[in-house]
Amino acid sequence: MKLYCLSGHPTLPCNVLKFKSTTIMLDCGLDMTSTLNFLPLPLVQSPRLSNLPGWSLKDGNAFLDKELKECSGHVFVDSVPEFCLPETELIDLSTVDVILISNYHCMMALPYITEHTGFSGTVYATEPTVQIGRLLMEELVNFIERVPKAQSASLWKNKDIQRLLPSPLKDAVEVSTWRRCYTMQEVNSALSKIQLVGYSQKIELFGAVQVTPLSSGYALGSSNWIIQSHYEKVSYVSGSSLLTTHPQPMDQASLKNSDVLILTGLTQIPTANPDGMVGEFCSNLALTVRNGGNVLVPCYPSGVIYDLLECLYQYIDSAGLSNIPFYFISPVANSSLEFSQIFAEWLCHNKQTKVYLPEPPFPHAELIQTNKLKHYPSLHGDFSSDFRQPCVVFTGHPSLRFGDVVHFMELWGKSSLNTVIFTEPDFSYLEALAPYQPLAMKCIYCPIDTRLNFIQVSKLLKEVQPLHVVCPEQYTQPPPAQSHRMDLMIDCQPPAMSYRRAEVLALPFKRRYEKIEIMPELADALVPMEIKPGISLATVSAVLHTKDNKHILQPPPRPAQPTGGKKRKRATEDIPDCKVLKPLLSGSIPVEQFVQTLEKHGFSDIKVEDTAKGHIVLLQEAETLIQIEEDSTHIICDNDEMLRVRLRDLVLKFLQKF
Amino acid sequence: MPEIRVTPLGAGQDVGRSCILVSIAGKNVMLDCGMHMGFNDDRRFPDFSYITRNGRLTDFLDCVIISHFHLDHCGALPYFSEMVGYDGPIYMTHPTQAICPILLEDYRKIAVDKKGEANFFTSQMIKDCMKKVVAVHLHQTVQVDDELEIKAYYAGHVLGAAMFQIKVGSESVVYTGDYNMTPDRHLGAAWIDRCRPNLLITESTYATTIRDSKRCRERDFLKKVHEAVEHGGKVLIPVFALGRAQELCILLETFWERMNLKAPIYFSTGLTEKANHYYKLFITWTNQKIRKTFVQRNMFEFKHIKAFDRAFADNPGPMVVFATPGMLHAGQSLQIFRKWAGNEKNMGTVGHKILSGQRKLEMEGRQVLEVKMQVEYMSFSAHADAKGIMQLVGQAEPESVLLVHGEAKKMEFLKQKIEQEFRVNCYMPANGETVTLPTSPSIPVGISLGLLKREMAQGLLPDAKKPRLLHGTLIMKDSNFRLVSSEQALKELGLAEHQLRFTCRVHLHDPRKEQETAMRVYSHLKSVLKDHCVQHLPDGSVTVESILIQAAAHSEDPGTKVLLVSWTYQDEELGSYLTSLLKKGLPQAPS
Repeated sequence: MKLYCLSGHPTLPCNVLKFKSTTIMLDCGLDMTSTLNFLPLPLVQSPRLSNLPGWSLKDGNAFLDKELKECSGHVFVDSVPEFCLPETELIDLSTVDVILISNYHCMMALPYITEHTGFSGTVYATEPTVQIGRLLMEELVNFIERVPKAQSASLWKNKDIQRLLPSPLKDAVEVSTWRRCYTMQEVNSALSKIQLVGYSQKIELFGAVQVTPLSSGYALGSSNWIIQSHYEKVSYVSGSSLLTTHPQPMDQASLKNSDVLILTGLTQIPTANPDGMVGEFCSNLALTVRNGGNVLVPCYPSGVIYDLLECLYQYIDSAGLSNIPFYFISPVANSSLEFSQIFAEWLCHNKQTKVYLPEPPFPHAELIQTNKLKHYPSLHGDFSSDFRQPCVVFTGHPSLRFGDVVHFMELWGKSSLNTVIFTEPDFSYLEALAPYQPLAMKCIYCPIDTRLNFIQVSKLLKEVQPLHVVCPEQYTQPPPAQSHRMDLMIDCQPPAMSYRRAEVLALPFKRRYEKIEIMPELADALVPMEIKPGISLATVSAVLHTKDNKHILQPPPRPAQPTGGKKRKRATEDIPDCKVLKPLLSGSIPVEQFVQTLEKHGFSDIKVEDTAKGHIVLLQEAETLIQIEEDSTHIICDNDEMLRVRLRDLVLKFLQKF
Repeated sequence: MPEIRVTPLGAGQDVGRSCILVSIAGKNVMLDCGMHMGFNDDRRFPDFSYITRNGRLTDFLDCVIISHFHLDHCGALPYFSEMVGYDGPIYMTHPTQAICPILLEDYRKIAVDKKGEANFFTSQMIKDCMKKVVAVHLHQTVQVDDELEIKAYYAGHVLGAAMFQIKVGSESVVYTGDYNMTPDRHLGAAWIDRCRPNLLITESTYATTIRDSKRCRERDFLKKVHEAVEHGGKVLIPVFALGRAQELCILLETFWERMNLKAPIYFSTGLTEKANHYYKLFITWTNQKIRKTFVQRNMFEFKHIKAFDRAFADNPGPMVVFATPGMLHAGQSLQIFRKWAGNEKNMGTVGHKILSGQRKLEMEGRQVLEVKMQVEYMSFSAHADAKGIMQLVGQAEPESVLLVHGEAKKMEFLKQKIEQEFRVNCYMPANGETVTLPTSPSIPVGISLGLLKREMAQGLLPDAKKPRLLHGTLIMKDSNFRLVSSEQALKELGLAEHQLRFTCRVHLHDPRKEQETAMRVYSHLKSVLKDHCVQHLPDGSVTVESILIQAAAHSEDPGTKVLLVSWTYQDEELGSYLTSLLKKGLPQAPS
């Protein structure tokens, strides 16, 4: 059993598991941090961005100044932003049988895999994962496609040139494999390969392996996966949460008794408490608005935003913000808000109870009804006429490189009254802000990451007790910025096996058994005998049938009844099949009883001689000699088949067959 | 002999009061717990004393499963759990769990408040009963206990309706509840995978009907409503609050929009309004089309259909009113009916007596109501017809079929059809009658991978035509069954192998030297045993597989050679064959 690690990003994993005869891809994460190296794509022509100076080498050579621009000491690629794909060369991806998706953030590379690698299998995901994943992809494609950029820089990617660039460009990995965003057509085609599954649904893969999604508590429809056969169990834990937010709670019990537990998608901000962050978010928001400033919240169109809106719903009246407009701008804002209300079965118990009343599970329905929250597909159109300040704007993309957020950064960046509050943990806020420097606007960093922290992980591992833990290398050492914090790493026994991008791990377990079914007719014919107290044995001779990786034992066919006259002839003509195995024998032969038996069966003139290891029984008349030792019996006789068979059967009476 | 036992307590050769007991591999499951519309006495609920006379129901039943929210499938549930007493788990889907208590409360109100029944279940009992409910997702495998698992499939009949697979080890039963095999305007079609249950328990409401296409019935309905409205008449459509009502609303709504009609459509308030809300929130349970477009337009937010007020009934001009209850036996639908029945322009649907052609009805207070309005019966209830039932049987591929929820006569017809077409047994027990099906479950054991791989590798040899025998030892320790190679079994048990060997002397007339005799034996065997490995070893001996043949001089007769053929018990067949072959002598060597 092997694990091929195709992504170096611990929260955007992409691994391939070879298990029994199946090849299973676990998640399909797309590392979008690569876009931080690019200049933002403004919706409206931005004089500031277009007037940034070109970058030149120390010696003054300016041949890259068309591709690279400098802003406050940082260098950016002036081109359509590109993403860092999972490794495509480590394993032939056309051999992947299925892809299991754990949550909507971990499927963003799907079109690259399903459309361009010869992949012909099935993708499994829950309905909310697919619907919201589609929204995320739609938004991404829309953000990139609506501001066509003529320039596509590639010179800087040349290995010899990249060496000369300043950090972080110099250290960017695998830049030659970075790709532009996919098209909507590719998205649709990729999504059409998905088969919907429900929690605790058992899905058979080729009869060899069974996979089951379990609630992971992190997002709507987010799942962990169990991959098991009858004797082996692998748990794939990716993006799980033990906090009570809107999704159904995490199913921990079903992870028990795993041989291997693959652990990915832990919190990216292990030191921040999500509850505290939400509180800080609200108070900073209120402070800014009260002072007449605007608040910008760069965010994804689904996920934490539902929780933030719910907090604000409870908060705005008490904080005196009831007259402040909240805007949610995204090409998929409406869909996201609508979809959130129809997944009752995937929600936490409280929200489910509301649906039973029947009321919408999320209070943002009321915010919309009372006009406190308004949503728009983009800042063009209706928004521009409704727009009032001060206000709060939720919009994407959290990288600040594309989407409507770019416009608001340009618009509000110059005033210190305004605040940008970072809640999404996927991008370093300092790097995100770099191309907007110098900036007068206040920046608040309240990352809300509800995924497991290291304390929760160690509790979880104690609870479910896997034999082995496998995780990204980042989790086996403290974060680089906090190298003294030995508590910020996975601590388990035996130590976790770690992987890094482009590595292949041999997973530490040996398969020893396989399930086989014994047909009832055969079972009836078995004769068990008790060998030791509580242990019985039965010898089985049966026909093995294997179909679709399922094994069945059927009763052996009845030997063709030889008709009387031809019997002898046949016996000599048919060459026996040497592969028909006789059972093994065990036990020993007590000489005295054996001799008595021989006498009883008409043998006379029996002599017994003692030897070093046993006895020799001589049948003088028949010129036959039987050597009997502790673990062996040797019958030496003339070619008299009748005699030999009689002796054989007498010997066998004393032995057990296996 | 293991067996599956099925006893209907209700819905056996009858429609209503669905309640079926199933015993499978020692587990007892009750499917549905319905009431009978036709009775007001004891017979309205199933006779639970049948289950156990002395013990507690909880000890006897492993779980209860409710297929959907219609009262003939869940109406007796609070009585069963709270008044008879059952504390085990009750499984149903989320929408059923949401809607079921509302219908139960409605039912209770009519029974207690309007009909004044005593000793009926209370509101609190409904609440307590619902606390015992465990909601299931579609296709989720719910582990009731270590052995019993259940799984829900989409049934399409009403919002949240499900079919259930009940499985213990390799034995399984599928219960369809009520289902619909053709998608309608708001729900999708029932679907099940080829799960090959031992038994399929299916409803058979429309056992003999092949219904004309839905489209035709819809067109017919629209035409009649349209005509009545065109002539200035009022149309009363008595419906149940949940289910068909939403389908008909969608139908009328789209028709009104297309034809640009102005006559008002009303929906009687209360339950029905709430009902539409459930459809909005559980939209993932509706059909593909509605789910796909719901963001742009939620089909359950109606533009043309407005809430009804009692006063509207007297408004002049045409109108369409959906009113509850569907049977026209009480409530708003009856009130409106009384008002409108006298005018022949008006139209109404359903109502048993009216349907049977009776035009004069005696109402409470001995008033006689003359029915002049046109009366149309239109069935939109979403049950599978005979074709649909056959289709489902084909999908699931059961070993046998059992019919419930239908009339005996019609069942008989369908039973024959199923037995003919699928060559499986089909049963149709009456209430209280038990059907027993013997089963022969196969026994799962663990086979050591070494043994299996050895066998599989050999199975791939070219002469795999003949069935090959796998030989091994089954070790049974407690309930752990493992099949291992005999060698491994011996080793695990700390036993030594006892080798049994035979050596036979075969006398050959051959004056040549031993080496030459051996050579002749070799060539002879080589030519006869083409499929076996025959070798001539440097020390002069010959081997056939693991059988050793040595030639020796005869101590007395130089013209005779003695062949010593030696083999172990495991090679018995081949050894025995070789001695008899050699006994016949060697062919003359070409000189």
